[in-house]
Amino acid sequence: MQPSADLGIGRPRPHNSVIMHRFANPARFQRIANAVLPWFTAATVLLLALGLYFALFDSPADYQQGETVRIMYVHVPSAWMALFVYSFIAAASAAALIWRHPLADVAARSASPIGACFTFLALVSGSLWGKPMWGAWWVWDARLTSVLILFFLYLGHMALLRAFDDPTRGARAAAILALAGFVNVPIIKFSVDWWNTLHQPASILRLGGPSIDPSMLLPLLLMAVGFTTFFVVVLLLRMKAELLAARLRAAQLARLQPAMP
Amino acid sequence: MTSTIQDFLAMGGYAQFVWPAYGLAAVVLVGLLAISLRQLRKAEAELSALGLSRRERA
Repeated sequence: MQPSADLGIGRPRPHNSVIMHRFANPARFQRIANAVLPWFTAATVLLLALGLYFALFDSPADYQQGETVRIMYVHVPSAWMALFVYSFIAAASAAALIWRHPLADVAARSASPIGACFTFLALVSGSLWGKPMWGAWWVWDARLTSVLILFFLYLGHMALLRAFDDPTRGARAAAILALAGFVNVPIIKFSVDWWNTLHQPASILRLGGPSIDPSMLLPLLLMAVGFTTFFVVVLLLRMKAELLAARLRAAQLARLQPAMP
Repeated sequence: MTSTIQDFLAMGGYAQFVWPAYGLAAVVLVGLLAISLRQLRKAEAELSALGLSRRERA
């Protein structure tokens, strides 16, 4: 290591927000997004093709659930994504409120319809499994009810973003809702332990390791990772579109006031 | 051969629950991707239609 390496001593250290804003440079974001998009797209196609093959063809029927166990390969990854995307939005909202990170608002706004879609899929696929296995499309138990609340939080977040004439005020209100609603995430995760629910407890992320057979764990994990890379692809596409729309608005505004002194 | 395909499609008698779960997931996720792509294309087209100067594009 060179002794003359610039350690920044004697210079004022850039504030954290300055460092973050360097990463938040939209041009740099576009460059990184364009570089990683083909890889995440290819990974999504590969993972979901493999996942569907194992989920539908090369995994056994359950000894109790029969073939309905295959619904789990859509249901569980969707439910995980519902929680993961909400946590992502909460983190982005915190970054937006605390550091005024310019890309954080864009990320939160872009992620919320994706999370709503995954939550919807978790609810409906769970219902399609519940009818033959529990004998009911829906029960008001703790897990199902808290996930339904999560779905409404997503819808509320999307509605608040559009509820103000000034988009920055909408973003602030939506960020506060996202952070307050984050309390629901641990409630969902532990609802199956805290209350007597009809929903089965965790079988993957549990003390003592997964209690699921490897032949069923493989399609489940392939689908889950595939859903995650799909989320990244759609998130990047939506963020790119949001940034272009913002630039379009700025350019139109600038043209409306050409005679700025 | 036909019977194995029929067996597969029958999903042990649970076809009416298994296939809608997969079908709906495909429709929702592909639809979300299509809407997101269309919004991106639209924003790109509108921005290029403005014919921004080099300074405005920065």
